[in-house]
Amino acid sequence: KQWYQRRVRVLSIGCAMLGAGHVTALEVDPDAIEDLAGNLEEYEMDNVDVVQCDVTAPSSFKEGVFDTAIMNPPFGTKNNEGIDMVFLDRALELCRGSVYSFHKSSTREFITRRMESRGYHVTVLAEMKFSIPQMYKMHRKKEVLVDVDFIRVARER
Amino acid sequence: MKLLTHNMMKSHCKGVTNGFPLKLSSTKVDVKEVEFNADFITRMLDRLEWGALVEAARQLGVGDSLPEMAPEEGGDEELLRSVHHVLLEVEVTEGELECPETGRRFPIRNGIPDMRLNEEE
Repeated sequence: KQWYQRRVRVLSIGCAMLGAGHVTALEVDPDAIEDLAGNLEEYEMDNVDVVQCDVTAPSSFKEGVFDTAIMNPPFGTKNNEGIDMVFLDRALELCRGSVYSFHKSSTREFITRRMESRGYHVTVLAEMKFSIPQMYKMHRKKEVLVDVDFIRVARER
Repeated sequence: MKLLTHNMMKSHCKGVTNGFPLKLSSTKVDVKEVEFNADFITRMLDRLEWGALVEAARQLGVGDSLPEMAPEEGGDEELLRSVHHVLLEVEVTEGELECPETGRRFPIRNGIPDMRLNEEE
C-alpha cells in the first residue's frame, strides 16, 4: 500500500521509542492490526506485544497490571455514544497509574465531573484540532476539524 | 506473544470464576534478543504471578533457569537476566491459549493472540 493510504498506528511505537520497558497494544480491528504489525516490523520494534481484543467486552487482562495507558479512542458517533467513556473506564481498570487519552473538547466538562466524582484528577495537557475525513454518506463536508483535548486522568495520591 | 503478556492475561468467558492463568500451548516459538533493563525487571517481580510464569516457561521448554520461588527484590544480576530472558525474549509465534474453566481456545497467530468471543459467548 502507498504510505499515505496506510493508516498509521504509531502510539505503541512512540511509547517503545521513548523508553517504555514493555508495550502492549490492544486492538480489535484486523486491518488496523495488519497496519500495526507492518509498522512494528518496519521500525524493528522488539518490545511491543499486540493482543487482539475488544476493550468494550469483559477484559482479557487482570486489573492493575499496567503502569500507564496511552490511547486515542473512538469519539462516539450517532450510533456509538459513550464509547469513549468505556475506553477510559477500561484503561483505568487495567492501569495502576495515569491514563493519557484524546477526547472531544466538547466533552471536557462531562469527563471531568465524571472522573472527579470517582476520585480521579483530570488535567488537560493540550488542546488540538483533529481533521476527521468524510467517512459516512451523512457527513456533508469532505473534512471536518474537531476540537480535541489531550488529557491525563490521574489517581489522587 | 511474550510470557510477560501471558502473565497479565485471563479468560473473559461468561461465568468464569477464575480465568487465570490461561493454558498455553505452542507450535512455533522464536527467541529474539531484547535489551536488558534491570530496573524494569526488578519492578515487574512483585507484579508477576510466579507459579504461572514457571509453568508457562516449562511449557515452552525454557523454565530450567527459573527458581521455584519468586526472587527477592534486589536479586543478583544473573537471576534478573534469566527472568528477563523468559519474560521478554521468548515469543510464542504460533499456538493457543485455553480458558482453564471452559476449555475455550484462543488462537495465537503471528505472535498475536485473538481473544475475541462470539455474541453468545
